[in-house]
Amino acid sequence: MNRRDFLKRVGYASALALAAGGLGYALHDAKGPASSEGPKALAGLGDFTAKGRAPGAAQMAIVRGSDRVLLVDKGVKALGGMAAFIHKGDRVLLKVNAAFATPASLGATTHPETLAAVADLCFKAGAAQVLITDNPINNPDSCFEITGLAQAARASGARIIPPRLALFAPLSLPGGRLIQNWPVMAGAFQGVTKVIIVSPVKDHQRAGASMTLKNLYGFLGGRRNVFHQDINGIITELAQLLKPTLCVLDGTVSMVTNGPTGGSLSDLKDTGTMVISTDPVAADAVGLELLGHTLAEIPYIQMAAKAGAGQADYRSLNPVVLGTKFKPLKL
Amino acid sequence: MRIVTVRRLSQIFFFALFLWFCITATVGARWWQLRGWPINWILELDPLTALATVLATGTLYQNLFWALVTIAITLFVGRFFCGFACPLGALNQFTGWLGNLRQEPDGRVEANRHRRSQALKYYLLAFLLALAVMGSVQTGVFDPLPLIHRSVNLALAPLADNRLGLLSDAPRSYASAWLLGVIFLGVIGLNLVLPRFFCRFLCPLGALFGLLSRFTPWRLGKTSDRCGDCRICEQYCEGACRPSGKIISGECVLCFNCLDRCPADRLTFAAKPSAAGEAGLPDLSRRGFVAAGTGLILTSMWGLGGLAGANRNPHLIRPPGALDEERFLARCLRCGQCMRICPGNIIQPALLEAGLEGLWTPAVNYRGGRSGCLPNCIACGQVCPTAAIRPLSLEEKQGSGEFARQGPIRMGTAFVDRGRCLPWAMDRPCLVCHELCPVSPKAIFTRTVFETIRDGQRLPAKIQGQVVVLEAAFPAHANLISGDYYLRPTGAPETALKRITGLAGTGLTLERPVTTEALEAAGGKIDIVVRLLRPFVDPARCIGCGMCEHECPVSGQRAIRVFAENESRSRPGRMLIDDGTVAQACVDYRAGETPATIL
Repeated sequence: MNRRDFLKRVGYASALALAAGGLGYALHDAKGPASSEGPKALAGLGDFTAKGRAPGAAQMAIVRGSDRVLLVDKGVKALGGMAAFIHKGDRVLLKVNAAFATPASLGATTHPETLAAVADLCFKAGAAQVLITDNPINNPDSCFEITGLAQAARASGARIIPPRLALFAPLSLPGGRLIQNWPVMAGAFQGVTKVIIVSPVKDHQRAGASMTLKNLYGFLGGRRNVFHQDINGIITELAQLLKPTLCVLDGTVSMVTNGPTGGSLSDLKDTGTMVISTDPVAADAVGLELLGHTLAEIPYIQMAAKAGAGQADYRSLNPVVLGTKFKPLKL
Repeated sequence: MRIVTVRRLSQIFFFALFLWFCITATVGARWWQLRGWPINWILELDPLTALATVLATGTLYQNLFWALVTIAITLFVGRFFCGFACPLGALNQFTGWLGNLRQEPDGRVEANRHRRSQALKYYLLAFLLALAVMGSVQTGVFDPLPLIHRSVNLALAPLADNRLGLLSDAPRSYASAWLLGVIFLGVIGLNLVLPRFFCRFLCPLGALFGLLSRFTPWRLGKTSDRCGDCRICEQYCEGACRPSGKIISGECVLCFNCLDRCPADRLTFAAKPSAAGEAGLPDLSRRGFVAAGTGLILTSMWGLGGLAGANRNPHLIRPPGALDEERFLARCLRCGQCMRICPGNIIQPALLEAGLEGLWTPAVNYRGGRSGCLPNCIACGQVCPTAAIRPLSLEEKQGSGEFARQGPIRMGTAFVDRGRCLPWAMDRPCLVCHELCPVSPKAIFTRTVFETIRDGQRLPAKIQGQVVVLEAAFPAHANLISGDYYLRPTGAPETALKRITGLAGTGLTLERPVTTEALEAAGGKIDIVVRLLRPFVDPARCIGCGMCEHECPVSGQRAIRVFAENESRSRPGRMLIDDGTVAQACVDYRAGETPATIL
């Protein structure tokens, strides 16, 4: 009896000692931890260019007027209608500028009418789902509600994706200097097949102007404002994050002073122009004229063009121009 | 030789070894200083450290494999470490023995009676392991080995040595050393309440050993159930494990006093069960473990404070090579080795700077000590037993050689407090910070300004030969001939400044004379001007070494201070994008988290 008990105990002790030794051996780390944990990073958000469009099809429409729904409608039609971009079953992500929790009338955010117009066209073209997202500066719920974007989304059947922490994953832009191992809202792109960037036209003290490309800042997470130390550099890198299906730049009313927050109706000006473009750089090149700037004053436009994100000389795209009611644009 | 003699010799050996390692943990090249002495060996034998860091990090760092040796021996013979090796155990046993010298036999038996509350340490162990599973290693707060290292090195040794000056030329000082000392004295003093009080009721390492001795083939027991009622064994039992009756094997610390004292030789250490029966462990209640399970929640609740992220303490500077806060707390034992070794004496035990979860973890304080963090010193990371502070090479610390691309290790960034800085706020030349900045090219640079000093404006003067004579004596609040003071005709441009070289009565001698015409053009008035070099910090070059802060002559709240901004270890702390290193991610992003399925 004693003998059996002894052998049993030797067995247990040996097994435990071996297990501890084996585990210790397996988990042994002679080198020590790395200076930082470098998780695998994404290389980009993807190419969402519409395939199968006729070669030589119009890439840009500049429509003048004041009724946003009508302008979007006309502009998209000029590029061959939404069906040329959105196909049945597509899951469309709309990137809006919802940066601040201020009412739409102050023009600091994407106008809900413009959003609704785009979302409706997507659904009509057969989109299975329309998602709306941004990582705004103020707290997200307030931003989406107070700007009227949430209401517009509900009315059209689109869904808001709030920028939850779990949606962010690190991304390293190949050849990038700034976006390296940086959290980007990649989770919002899950299953997404088309991306439309819907932006307002705004004055911006640091960048000169905030339009389509600057709107992409809203895909970044983390303490992204460190990048303001190199604003043209970061916008240029943002321009390379993805190729959108379509860009809608809403310059019906532009914020011409005190940007990008505004805060007063006197900061706004009727500029009566809606730009629909497959090329985000070209769209912004139009937008900066609405603000009274030249290409030379907004360096990131040409830098982004040089990086291959689009065409800074929008006239070379032969844009379709509709309506002539407003003056500021000299074509 | 009697087994208790062997045990005593072993205890003396390990205690002496411990003290020896405390002594040799001194930076220097003499034979008794740090030059390969395995000063962490006793800490590395600690299976609780090994287990907790494995749970928290999934790896067993470097020399912590020594714990496997302890584990293996314990599995076969039981808690030999408590009886033969633990330096705190030896100290407890010794003071308990002293305290009981005059005790009557009945009193001794009562003192060494097994108590239900000896189960407490098992709950504490469970609590600490639960914390470790959740990524927060807190074992070192209670673990006897880090405890005795920290207490002796940071409180008792400086107390003894600061007058002798054997270990250190300059007195060592440690913030809140009193607390470490009081706790240590408390642990020792409790032995007067009951012998080995800490070992019996509190020691989580002892509890772990108790669990490991559950199946030892060899253990103490009785050869026969028959026994008188002398209870001599229990008069001297260190573990309070009831050797006279049904022995609680997991509580036996292998002091062998019972075996040595039994007049009838009924006790034996053998490969068979005790004739009087045996119980493996004290009675453990489920309730106790449920309470210990709160450890699982506590870490998460600590996380709510955001101290590792957006709400981090900017005054918390960790030693060079320290991991980011989350990973740091998954390793740090609070053993104090880094604080002991730091030749500058600037690594200090944090009280609440790092939150309660960072109690006694290393925090750098540049106000005290001998200097800032030495660019050519990597001692702290080299002695850290768990790599909470990584073992840097000099190349990595300085950002040279293969580390040139990532740049030097930054502990933070210095900020000039313009409201306190002498040349910025008080018209006094100084520039000590610039002088001591060890970075090349210097991270501190200067801009020169000339300021008309107080009482030095539009002073009527006339020229007598080479000398400018003031109409009234100048108040003696500035040493005008120090070489930093200049004179110029009022309203004249900076190019008209002339350095003051001599002062006799109201006559000022200048390096170059002022012409009568120039003085007349100024209406016969002159200004006295001081030349000030004002310091600026280039954050792209600053490594946060604190040399400037340490030496700043504004000795209370320094006029240049290092904050954790831009420290290498921290993503949320990143401030610059163009400092030559590659941008890194930051606060919101948690490693390992994947995009959730939201669609």
